Amino acid sequence: MESFLDTWGITAMVFAPLVGVLAMMFVPEKEEELHKTIALVATVVSAIVGILLLANFDYGNSGVLQFVVDRSWIDVISARYSLGVDGISLPLVALTLLVVPLVIVYSWHHIPEPGNAKAFLMLTLVLHTGMLGTFVAQDLVLFFVFFEVVLLPMYFMIGVWGGEQRLYAAIKFFLYTLFGSAFMLVSFLALYWLTGSQTFDMVELAQRVQSEGLTTTEQVLLFGGMFLGFGIKVPMFPFHTWLPDAHTQAPTQGSVILAAVMLKLGTYGFVRIALPILPQGAQQWAPWIGLLAVIGIIYGALGCLAQTDMKRLIAFSSVAHMGYVMLGIATLTDFGINAAIFGMVAHGLITGMLFFVAGSVKERYHTLEIKRLGGLLIQAPRMGWILGITTMASLGLPGLAGFWGEFPVILASWQPSAGLNTTLFRVYMVVAAVGTVLAAGYLLWLLQRTAFGNPTEEFADDPHIHDTVFTEWVAWVPMLILIVVLGFVPSLIFDVTNEPVSLVGDVFEALGN
Amino acid sequence: MSQLPTLLAGAGVFAAEETAEAVVAQSWLYDNAWLVFTLPSASFLLILLFGKRLPFKGAEIGIAAVSTSFILALLTAFTWIGDVQDQIAHGGEGEEHSLVVTDAGLGGTAGEAAESVAVALTAEAEEGGHGGDVRGAPVINEVEWFGIGTDANRAVLGTDANQPNQAPADDGHGGSSFSIPIGTQVDGQSVMLLIVVTTVSLLVHIYSTDYVHGDRRFTHYFAFLSLFTASMLFMVLASSTLQLIVGWELVGVCSFVLIGHWWEEKPNSDAALKAFLTNRVGDIGLLVGITVLYFAADRSFSINTINEMATSGAIERSTLTIAAVCLMAAVMSKSGQFILHTWLPDAMAGPTPVSALIHAATMVVAGVYMIGRLYPVFYEGFGIAGGNINLMAFIGGLTTVGGGALAFVQRDIKKVLAYSTVSQLGYMVLALGVGAYTAGMFHLFTHAFFKACLFLGAGSVSHACHHSFDMKADMGGLRKYMPITFTTFIIGSLALAGIPPLAGFWSKDEILAGAGVWPGTGGNGTFTIPFIFGLITAAMTAAYMTRAIWLTFFGDYRGHAHPHESGPRITIPLIVLAGLAVVVGFLNMPSPFVSAIGLPSSWAHKFEDWVEPEGVASFVGGENGFTHASPSLSLAIVATLLAAGAGASVWLYYKRLYARDPKATEYTAETGSIMTQVGALAVGHKVLEEKYYLDHLYTDVIVGGTKGPVARAAYWTNQNILDRMVDLVGTSSVAVGRFVYKFIDQGAVDGAVNASGSLAEAFGQILRGVQTGQIRQYATLLFGAATVLVAVFIIAV
Amino acid sequence: MFINQFLIFAAVLFCIGVYGVLTRKNGVLVLMSIELILNAVNINLVAFGALHQHVAGQVFALFVIAVAAAEVGVGLAIVLLIYRNRRSINVAEANLLKG
Repeated sequence: MESFLDTWGITAMVFAPLVGVLAMMFVPEKEEELHKTIALVATVVSAIVGILLLANFDYGNSGVLQFVVDRSWIDVISARYSLGVDGISLPLVALTLLVVPLVIVYSWHHIPEPGNAKAFLMLTLVLHTGMLGTFVAQDLVLFFVFFEVVLLPMYFMIGVWGGEQRLYAAIKFFLYTLFGSAFMLVSFLALYWLTGSQTFDMVELAQRVQSEGLTTTEQVLLFGGMFLGFGIKVPMFPFHTWLPDAHTQAPTQGSVILAAVMLKLGTYGFVRIALPILPQGAQQWAPWIGLLAVIGIIYGALGCLAQTDMKRLIAFSSVAHMGYVMLGIATLTDFGINAAIFGMVAHGLITGMLFFVAGSVKERYHTLEIKRLGGLLIQAPRMGWILGITTMASLGLPGLAGFWGEFPVILASWQPSAGLNTTLFRVYMVVAAVGTVLAAGYLLWLLQRTAFGNPTEEFADDPHIHDTVFTEWVAWVPMLILIVVLGFVPSLIFDVTNEPVSLVGDVFEALGN
Repeated sequence: MSQLPTLLAGAGVFAAEETAEAVVAQSWLYDNAWLVFTLPSASFLLILLFGKRLPFKGAEIGIAAVSTSFILALLTAFTWIGDVQDQIAHGGEGEEHSLVVTDAGLGGTAGEAAESVAVALTAEAEEGGHGGDVRGAPVINEVEWFGIGTDANRAVLGTDANQPNQAPADDGHGGSSFSIPIGTQVDGQSVMLLIVVTTVSLLVHIYSTDYVHGDRRFTHYFAFLSLFTASMLFMVLASSTLQLIVGWELVGVCSFVLIGHWWEEKPNSDAALKAFLTNRVGDIGLLVGITVLYFAADRSFSINTINEMATSGAIERSTLTIAAVCLMAAVMSKSGQFILHTWLPDAMAGPTPVSALIHAATMVVAGVYMIGRLYPVFYEGFGIAGGNINLMAFIGGLTTVGGGALAFVQRDIKKVLAYSTVSQLGYMVLALGVGAYTAGMFHLFTHAFFKACLFLGAGSVSHACHHSFDMKADMGGLRKYMPITFTTFIIGSLALAGIPPLAGFWSKDEILAGAGVWPGTGGNGTFTIPFIFGLITAAMTAAYMTRAIWLTFFGDYRGHAHPHESGPRITIPLIVLAGLAVVVGFLNMPSPFVSAIGLPSSWAHKFEDWVEPEGVASFVGGENGFTHASPSLSLAIVATLLAAGAGASVWLYYKRLYARDPKATEYTAETGSIMTQVGALAVGHKVLEEKYYLDHLYTDVIVGGTKGPVARAAYWTNQNILDRMVDLVGTSSVAVGRFVYKFIDQGAVDGAVNASGSLAEAFGQILRGVQTGQIRQYATLLFGAATVLVAVFIIAV
Repeated sequence: MFINQFLIFAAVLFCIGVYGVLTRKNGVLVLMSIELILNAVNINLVAFGALHQHVAGQVFALFVIAVAAAEVGVGLAIVLLIYRNRRSINVAEANLLKG
């Protein structure tokens, strides 16, 4: 068993969904139930392998890559099939393994218009493989491939099953992200040539960059390319405009996956690739990233305040929340990066939940116009409560997961890594703290308008409006439980991430002194 | 426990071991203090899950859990008092030990954690010659919560005995992660608030079974009462500032839910939102302040460490000032200080028992409690010793007078009490601002009981009057119908007004003495302005409570209901609280008084002994030493006379009014007001002719003036400037948001994205013209281009 | 100058061919003009082959003749199809590729 996990574990986990896709190809489109079952089985198999990996993971050694697979792949360019898990990727892999099966469960009764469960679920499974692969890839080319594999299914998901302006949103999403990836790829290739190392291995590249002595200017330029690639995916402030459109137009499942996992590909890229490989570049960029992050925090919040559509509001809140994550990364301290990873997971769970609820509201009311809603707590009390808990978590209430992505970031900004401008980051810190007030403002406003009060006349006697159904419970309860548990036991994540993050932190510690 | 040998250094090892055994025997309660808040939080879950199916809809679980917590709190308090008394007795013999730290296997394996070792530490060398006895040092019990970051400063920090709570958790791989503990800190202050919270919470639970009987969300109501109690107790027992934040926010969210309990009506949910958002504004200060302290204390959240470092001068004064100012913002929002107090009166939209528990007795004092918890930070940061005025004392003073003035013009009995709470919270902050730590804490303690009594009394009254709180329209003469409510309300009011020998008298008098202005009181400085504010409030409190009592219980009944006395589940809590309002003041009698009435001297200032950690002197050391003000009989008499006089003049005012019109509630043109006549008559003639000049002065100028223009102006300012400003900030940020969204986001930023697309398309449109489909044109171009190329080659070569 | 006459002749032939391709609307005439261009090239190839005493020029000329035959075959087939579909072999009317 152990040896199986060591050699084939990660591969099995990543590609199990693709096997499901293969199987589904041979099943006629009419057999919807069968398709759903296959999809669920595929993700559950992947999750079981994942759980076995989690169980056999050496938590005392979370700074070291484990279950490493390293085989030749494309020899011409020395790209290797190199996979592995360490403390940084572990929480995100776990998040993905949790969210996608829940999305499929949710899809049981909620295949969006115009139907076709087969295609929809196949795309979901391809997405699953892409996301998992991104989190475990240890080779830049492999990483890039997985990173891009994710785009296409999401493009179709938005473009086919989306809302009224789906084509516009889908194209915008696709092109914008691709645009960034192009720069990222250039940076990857430049690394390959400049270090002369003839490898795309992340760890080795990091060492070569130091031993070859890449100049700071080179590092800054290379980091800039990666910044565009990852920053657009996050998305960071001036590059965020694809996000509200994509989220608003995407079907519920698409929004959930997008918010819960896909946005993290960008931030993960920063922590996994950009920071360790290009520390000097990161140091030069950090103040600017911090600036964009805090602008994003305030700006996202202001954007939320101006929204009239529930889903769009939640989408904008992602801009603000990812701002905290990026601010944490920009501090270049172990505290900040730990908090950033926690923030990624927390945001994934919380915003994923918010989109789930928004989707269910849309299904019942056929609108997400905030001013037409109201009295959810009367018409669907349980769903109202869930919305309440989730908004509370989203605004960073201690005791729920959101807090640990926020407060430690604010804390870390007080004393960023040596070599960064302390005063500047303290200003960022205060701005970020002000952001928490705005967050409370728009989220509570949303809660008040949708959940409190009496239902509007339009919907007062609508028989279609019912409380949460079984599949919704199955999909939501695990996420809600995690939100609460992580709120009280943050060590579940911090203990895993701390060691590898400290290694990253040490690099900057050494650099600053 | 590797640190054990180092910890056991010092001269008093023998004595220490002896005490250690005793502590182990008694320490079960200390070690398991977490039960106190775990029980109500379990009850919250149970009520939510099963509440609706139970015969009493979940109320029984809540009451059972809170009663158990109450008993545990009582036992803890008795143990604590016993320990302190022991220490006092031993302290006379000059033994040298204290600071009991039980280290529950920090950083060790889980199995070790169960082993709890009580270690007696030698206190740091005592300045000021107190004989080296640190009485009432906190008992801290911590386990690792989570580890984060590598401990880069470990070498600088050292793992000496001063930081037993942050032993590095060696992960066995060379690195040591920085461990952040979670735990309980039992000391006088937390035990004191444990008693307050559990007592009031239990009584409010009982009261609520009747008061919200048949409510649409009875079960949820009790669930959140439980959650609130749990969160509050969690905050009270917090051993680290991080836990403090957690508890602080959780009580805030419970307050939000309970204020908005009847969320179908928009004003209620508006009030809830306002409360939460105002508190969030203050929370900026909390987050920043605690961050500052965390780094200032060499990366520690431990309250004890921060206090010790603040005291010993290990943290710079300027850093402490920054932290103190930031934390003050949090206090202003949570404890309803000017200018962030406006949410508190609005919070009265919640059910009355909630107002009593959360918005009078417990949650709103969280700010005051936090100041007390981190008192060295504030004491040093604001330079209280030897000062004349500081931010804290000033804000407290402003709040106490401003809040009191506002209480005059309210029609709603709960709002009178709410403004009174604002005023009294200002009093507590004022007390802490002038360095009267014990006085502030004592006022917190007494105020909780009598104000809860008043709120529950107001609830009882409204229960009888069709759930109206309007004193002018629906009340009057209720003393005949509700004797128990009336009596308890009177007792509560007298206590609030500071009439001896009720509870409020002792605490208020101590605060006034603590300002150090009155001759012979000593104190930590000469805080003249706060002292004057305090005296004014003493008079004002009596006046507005007299007005409220008159309007509610005297005169003729003006409403249309059939008022009746409430049931036992409402009256019994009232009686208990009234009883407490009478007796708790005797806990801290000044020693001259005790000796004057012939009691043993050990009865004096018990509260100070039990609550104050070694006279605060242990943690506020150096030349800025902390001193206690001595009580002054003359000051007590003056303050009491002021209060009595103010109360009597209001009484007279209403008495005269009643004589003219039994149903009137204020002077109008018909009933004939002195004020309306003043303008018509020649002033000089008037002064001579009027025999009741003093009467006029009292009734019309002082009371009427305060009640009329001054208070109205204050209220106007409150409603139209301060409150409007809050609204304005809200609306303008929405406007800004809309603007940014519309023009910058959709226009410029998104526009740039779209423009790049359109540009490419326009370019394509231009090029499209070349593509005619005419094969001959293509051929022409081809040959033309070939010719040009040939020409280029020929010329170039 | 032995070679000049051939080159000038070929150039003239080429220009006539180009003129024909560019000006004729009749598809068959366009094809014939292309033939002229190819033959101009052939003359050059043969002339240079003779000049350098090398067989390659003639071999290439043979290749060109073969390719030209194939081209005319395909070209005529296309013209025939165009005629069938449009009842006209005017190349100016065949502008389906217009952008």
